[in-house]
Amino acid sequence: MTLADIFNVMDAALRVSTPLIFCAMAGIFSERSGIIDISLEGKLLASAFAAACVATVTGSPVLAMLVAMLVSMCLSVLHGVACINYRGNQVVSGLAINILMSGLTVVLGIAWFSQGGQTPSLPQSSRFMPIELPGAAALADIPVLGPLYSGVISGHNILVYVAFLAVLFTSWVIYRTRFGLRLRAVGENPQAVDTAGISVAWMRYRAVIICGALCGIGGTYLAIAQNAGFSREMSAGQGYIALAAMVFGNWRPGKALMACLLFGLLDAVAIRLQGVSLPMVGEVPVQLIQSLPFVLTVVLLAGFFGRSIAPKAIGQPYSKDR
Amino acid sequence: MAEQTTHMPTWLRVGVVPLVNLSMALLVSGLIFWIIGENPIEAVKLMVYGAFGYQEAIGYTLFYATNFIFTGLAVAVAFHAGLFNIGGEGQAYVGGLGMALMALAFDDVLPVVLLVPLCIVSGAVFGAAWAAVPGWLQAYRGSHIVITTIMFNFIASALMGYLLVSVLIAPGSMAPETRKFTDAASIPYLYEMAAWFGIEVSRSPANGSLIIALLCAVAVWLYIWRSPSGYALRTVGFSERAASYAGIDARKVTVITMCISGALAAMMGLNEILGTQHSLLLNFTAGYGFTGIAVSLMGRNHPVGIVLASLLFGALYQGGAELAFDMPRVTREMVVAIQGLVILFSGALAYMSEPWVAWVYGKLIGKRVIVEGAV
Repeated sequence: MTLADIFNVMDAALRVSTPLIFCAMAGIFSERSGIIDISLEGKLLASAFAAACVATVTGSPVLAMLVAMLVSMCLSVLHGVACINYRGNQVVSGLAINILMSGLTVVLGIAWFSQGGQTPSLPQSSRFMPIELPGAAALADIPVLGPLYSGVISGHNILVYVAFLAVLFTSWVIYRTRFGLRLRAVGENPQAVDTAGISVAWMRYRAVIICGALCGIGGTYLAIAQNAGFSREMSAGQGYIALAAMVFGNWRPGKALMACLLFGLLDAVAIRLQGVSLPMVGEVPVQLIQSLPFVLTVVLLAGFFGRSIAPKAIGQPYSKDR
Repeated sequence: MAEQTTHMPTWLRVGVVPLVNLSMALLVSGLIFWIIGENPIEAVKLMVYGAFGYQEAIGYTLFYATNFIFTGLAVAVAFHAGLFNIGGEGQAYVGGLGMALMALAFDDVLPVVLLVPLCIVSGAVFGAAWAAVPGWLQAYRGSHIVITTIMFNFIASALMGYLLVSVLIAPGSMAPETRKFTDAASIPYLYEMAAWFGIEVSRSPANGSLIIALLCAVAVWLYIWRSPSGYALRTVGFSERAASYAGIDARKVTVITMCISGALAAMMGLNEILGTQHSLLLNFTAGYGFTGIAVSLMGRNHPVGIVLASLLFGALYQGGAELAFDMPRVTREMVVAIQGLVILFSGALAYMSEPWVAWVYGKLIGKRVIVEGAV
């Protein structure tokens, strides 16, 4: 494997990691406030569909992203109504959203575009296209660092860079703002927050709405940046991988980012190793590498290395009268 | 003047409220039909006819219902112990592997009366083992069972993908599936069984697994409500601390319950693999494991409710498949969407309609009805 190969894999890993990063940050907001969110998958799928629809009709990627975020935020509010107002089971609500969206996106897609659940292929003008970072061409000749900059870091679409900003944003909000302090408190000890005169419900609503917005950008990336349109089930479990990454990252933005990059790298390596026979080991089954994110997360949860500790009040509906 | 108050009667809570929830789900489904430009009333007529209108249709409805009884019971058993097993999909998948391995190994040696029970045991062991790991992790290592069962679904999917594509694939076959089993590893169809008694019934994939499913429902009822271990199981589900105070080993109960749950989910393979496909194929679980959650919720985690809810979902699947032929804009995914709505309204928003029903009932009898909040 040459250096260029390694850079290629890293480049691919960044592209695969981006939706994971958005979803993992989204999950951190929701779960840090005490709301389990397994509906990351459904929101990712719904917003991908919404983005592709709007981009097809209007041709504007920015408008598509805004609508996708809005759709995803609406689903978050639905999740919130079920879990916060009606004290429903958070896992059931998330599952309902996932299953509903898995069906609805195909039903609407076929009804509106008659292409077997796909949306029409988008022209470049209605997508987020790769951008060249300043100096990428000029620096390309420098050994090692040049190709690293021009081949791996530069040349992605804007949303890839936004994903990394989202991590900074999440980290800053959660650890450096009053809102973040209250958000964490509401996920650990809602009674205390309530006693301080802060509405637990309103805090949690704001958390899930931010979660929805971030998932919406992730879906936009899938449909109109990474690909040129929506295809059925295009989220393909990435919402769940992001959930695993979030758990793996111990509900912390920085660590979750690392987990997303690791899982993205595994995916890129899996594609790269398809049908390749390695010295000593022979051919590694692709499925083995694909299942590694889940296996690693289970092993971590089992507490054999490190420890992953969930927010204390997670999954419990809050009511004042207890 | 103090207003007279009364509690909500059980028949209202168990009978009427679920129906109201279901109606809301179906109402929203009707809205989707309307949005995509199909007549919802017409759709309902076609679906009911497609699911119950003729013998073959009923057979298909029962065939799908069989899957849902197994996966629904699996969810319910775990639920009574306070465990949320959303790994039914993976457990059924791996359980199918257990059945197929026995069938492939012995289908030209053993007679059907020995091989089918052997397949059942083997499938149950595989499914139970796949569920036992998350159960053990929850009980002894404190990891959340929802997360671990989700992970195990994906691991099962990868494992089975590898086995079917690279190991168990029938020689010379392009599709990732095993060779067909011989008749020794098959459960007779219901129409064949009817023919033994001289009754003629249309051919359909409904098979003897339905009887096994109903027996499982009875067994689950006996186990949960009429056995000491079932008592322990429910105590753990009610309060783990109270259980340990009463001398019940909650950790052990957790692992055992997950084993039973996994074994029940695995039985789905009887219907699909031994009953109809007669080979192990990729993704034969097709989301039935997840539907089990909806079934269990709708049936209020009671075997009788689960059998009824399974019939409803069986009818939805079969009616939806028929509908896809008749209405060009409707596809099978419509059923998936309806299923999502049912889970949403009967599960997540289950407590939404209770105050409304109580209010209407209160107006009718002229008393104020108290709604017990969700505990």
